[in-house]
Amino acid sequence: MFDPDAAFDIQRDQDAGRFVLDARDVTVTYQTEKGPLDTVRNVTLQIMPGEIYGLVGESGSGKTTLARAIVRYLPSNGRLSSGTVMLGNTDLLGLSRAEMRNIWGSRITMVHQDPGASVNPSMLIGDQISEVVRAHLGMSKKQAKARAIEMLSKVGMPDPESVVKRYAHQLSGGMLQRVLIATAMATNPQLIIMDEPTTALDVTTEAVILDLVRDLLKEFDTSVLYITHNLGVVARICNRVGVLYAGEVMEEGTIEQVFKNKLHPYTRGLLACVPRIEASKKDISLCAIPGFIPRPDQLPGGCIFAPRCELVEPACKEKRPSQVEIESGHLTACRRWELLQNDAGAAFGTCPARFEVEQELGDLVLEARNIKKYFPVTGGLTSLWKRSRTVIKAVDDISVRLRRSFTMGIVGESGCGKTTLARCIVGLEEATSGEIELEGKIMPYSVVKRSREALKKMQMVFQNPDASLNPQHPAGDSVERPLILLRNMSRKEVRGRVRELFQAVSLPAEYINRLPHELSGGEKQRVAIARAFAAEPTLMICDEPISSLDVSVQASLMNLLVDLQESKGTSYLFISHDLAAVRHISDWIAVVYLGRLWEIGSAEDVFVPPYHPYTEALLSAIPIPDPDIKQDAIRLKGSVPSSMNIPSGCRFHTRCPRKIGDICEQLEPPWRELDNDHRICCHIPVDELRLAQSGLLQNRADRPGRDL
Amino acid sequence: MAGYLLKRLGFIVLTMFLASIIIFSVTQFLPGDVAQLILGQFATETAIANLREELGLNQPLHTQYLNWAGNFVRGDWGNSLVSRVPIRPMVMERLGNSAMLAGLALLIYVPLGILFGVIAAMKRDKWPDQIITGVSMAFVGLPEFVSGLLLIAFLAIGLQWFPANSSINPDSTFIEALPFLILPAITVSLTGLGYITRMTRSGTIDVLRTDYVRAADLKGLPGWQVLTRHILRNSLLPTVTVVAMGIGWLLGGLIVTEAVYGYPGLGRLLVYGIQRQDLPLIQAGSMIIVAIYSFSNLAADVLYSLLNPRIRVGK
Repeated sequence: MFDPDAAFDIQRDQDAGRFVLDARDVTVTYQTEKGPLDTVRNVTLQIMPGEIYGLVGESGSGKTTLARAIVRYLPSNGRLSSGTVMLGNTDLLGLSRAEMRNIWGSRITMVHQDPGASVNPSMLIGDQISEVVRAHLGMSKKQAKARAIEMLSKVGMPDPESVVKRYAHQLSGGMLQRVLIATAMATNPQLIIMDEPTTALDVTTEAVILDLVRDLLKEFDTSVLYITHNLGVVARICNRVGVLYAGEVMEEGTIEQVFKNKLHPYTRGLLACVPRIEASKKDISLCAIPGFIPRPDQLPGGCIFAPRCELVEPACKEKRPSQVEIESGHLTACRRWELLQNDAGAAFGTCPARFEVEQELGDLVLEARNIKKYFPVTGGLTSLWKRSRTVIKAVDDISVRLRRSFTMGIVGESGCGKTTLARCIVGLEEATSGEIELEGKIMPYSVVKRSREALKKMQMVFQNPDASLNPQHPAGDSVERPLILLRNMSRKEVRGRVRELFQAVSLPAEYINRLPHELSGGEKQRVAIARAFAAEPTLMICDEPISSLDVSVQASLMNLLVDLQESKGTSYLFISHDLAAVRHISDWIAVVYLGRLWEIGSAEDVFVPPYHPYTEALLSAIPIPDPDIKQDAIRLKGSVPSSMNIPSGCRFHTRCPRKIGDICEQLEPPWRELDNDHRICCHIPVDELRLAQSGLLQNRADRPGRDL
Repeated sequence: MAGYLLKRLGFIVLTMFLASIIIFSVTQFLPGDVAQLILGQFATETAIANLREELGLNQPLHTQYLNWAGNFVRGDWGNSLVSRVPIRPMVMERLGNSAMLAGLALLIYVPLGILFGVIAAMKRDKWPDQIITGVSMAFVGLPEFVSGLLLIAFLAIGLQWFPANSSINPDSTFIEALPFLILPAITVSLTGLGYITRMTRSGTIDVLRTDYVRAADLKGLPGWQVLTRHILRNSLLPTVTVVAMGIGWLLGGLIVTEAVYGYPGLGRLLVYGIQRQDLPLIQAGSMIIVAIYSFSNLAADVLYSLLNPRIRVGK
């Protein structure tokens, strides 16, 4: 008689040791007020030695829950209700809590998302590394300290001997992430789980950390489970990938298999959401996946992706499709995979541009000239009688101009003055000097001194919708305020207008009475956009409006912004560290570093050589979700210098990969004019830059000088 | 660190100066004339005038203030108007008594409060937490004269373990006074314990939620190491401030407890002075209490910065 359990055991014995991690049919159940909820269902995860396995999915897909279940560190109301987890030959589910403590930190280690929060603020960095090796490798204090220094130098930490004696607040985010990686590798574990390790970092720092992880794995005999929402990151460093959706694996395979064939509509949808650096709103619009991830208590019968799928047919909704192995190692949970295999364009293939290509030059809406914003460094009580001499030059002489219905993108690392510039223009921050002209009228620096008419014309959308909506007021009230305050509308008019605005941002009318906590992040940001548009502004300043959201939500919000711009003729100042998003939405792009502009030009020009070495470094750092695109590895050393101590000469010389000599340290570089008002501020002549730079997309033929 | 301490001491001098002006001004507004108070209702006009002259009460206010403040700094705190004895030894003696009581109470309630607070936080929303928070809340709310009398009824009169009356000889040593200190110290501790417990509990709960504690757990460190190295050092920061505020309260504010047990502490001396309008005594006692608060806050800030490298000064 056939005994499935026995067969399973035999299979298992054969597999033993083949995988570093072998988690099978894992289901995680949370005990909630509504009864038990399975947030992760029957997920099998097998990681081979030396492999970097990418687990991708949007928020709420169960990535972190799965990882926590594997290491048996679930919150008290969660449990791994079925399945097996083997680490090498050890059955983790059979271990006691005390035995798990011997596994944690020695055989499985973790690197967490927010490096600033994951390091104990009141303990020396060195002690936090050495305590792990002391606990697991039984090292003496002295040996452990030496090991900490050794590990820090392995992760490329400058001056490790002094770093061990520092505290977390004395290191930058990138440095702290190196510390966490050093800690995770110190015991030479079998498996490192990295949970969004670079999400909180700048794109340039992210690139450096990803390189580091890949290089370290060559030296250490370690496998990695890499959790992220960023498909570009997966394409850059992983060997295999699993796409998780609402607690189930939709597709799994090698990077080549998954990115080339994409045999699940969800994978295609995710990729179609990501803005591409070679195309803008004029070429394509982003294909947002409609709808939301279902909550675990509201799972649809049949395929869980069916309600959002473009290829759905009645049979999809009848039965949960089982995973099919198309070729060795490539699994998909879509029953229509054959169609997908034959038609690369099926499901979220192409979305035609919604934006009119023809754009005539409109009137000048905003002209900001020579904006400076210096913050004095105050030293407690002494500032009462002593005027401080040190200043932080957050924005140091930036000029931008913006025409009607145009979008100006501002890019740069965090701490470069992007947000301060925006706040000066809006008047939330009083500029130190310079002129802000809105439709030909000079604006007072402070928002409180501006006329109501001026306030109406300039509106802002902030990064964090949680913080910018009053949690006590229904969403409709937030949108009402500008109508009453700035447009003197009657009660009745207001009510009608709010409905229209909600419709314009694609929110159902019943959301008007909901409180912010009843809305998702993307919905809250839609309310914030509706509020900004309520005043009918001519200029909207968007400060990282999509950064905290999932890719599919980002895509739909960007489409919304583009649509609204087209129908209302609003101009945008769009600030983001996400270069692909900026490329997609902007007509003009300004590159900011340490309070100054370094390059400005049309989006098309800024993204192809010649570009400023800083732009070049930013572009080469973008994680592109296409394993075929090989980017130059141009990496910036260290982090942005403090705006209190701005380097002499060219401010970028301390980190510039193309520094030509003393001139960079001594003289401020000149502005060099190219075609189409494209300008670069660099000592290197444009022609030399053109020769040296190979461009981002190797397969683009229209780039002169590429083969030289 | 030395520079920081000097700066802080400078601020304490400034605080004392401002406090002295306030205290001096307030005592000027108390009803009644000092000379009249001293000599009584039936004194003659000339006697009063002579005494006013003698006490310098006819001089302008700022001169009076400078005289008083100068003498105070030099250690001459004047004589009590009521008992005619020098104030300084009297205040210092009471301060010593208060310090004995405060020290014992702190030894009881700070460690216990931290222990209970940590247990409650670790067992959050389970029965140990519910019992601890419930009971500590009840004690905070219980007035000292009630808890004091209950303790006397059970432990002093019923079980006869401790004396009911704590009116010790003012010059007793700590060992001599110890048996008399226990009941008042327990009474005070019941109130203080609640504050420390709640502060420690909420501090620890906040820290337990942090990413670095999760990271420490997942480093596989033994539980006690996670507790001592990663949790307590951060979670006790708010508690340190509460303890420091408690010192001021223990030394100068235990009026009810001292009255219930008849304990000769500083708080009761001050009440006594106020009841009899003994101005020099009120002034000196208030200045001492201001000084105690200032120094205990300084101690708390120094301890805080030692525990918390983010605000550590003078690197």
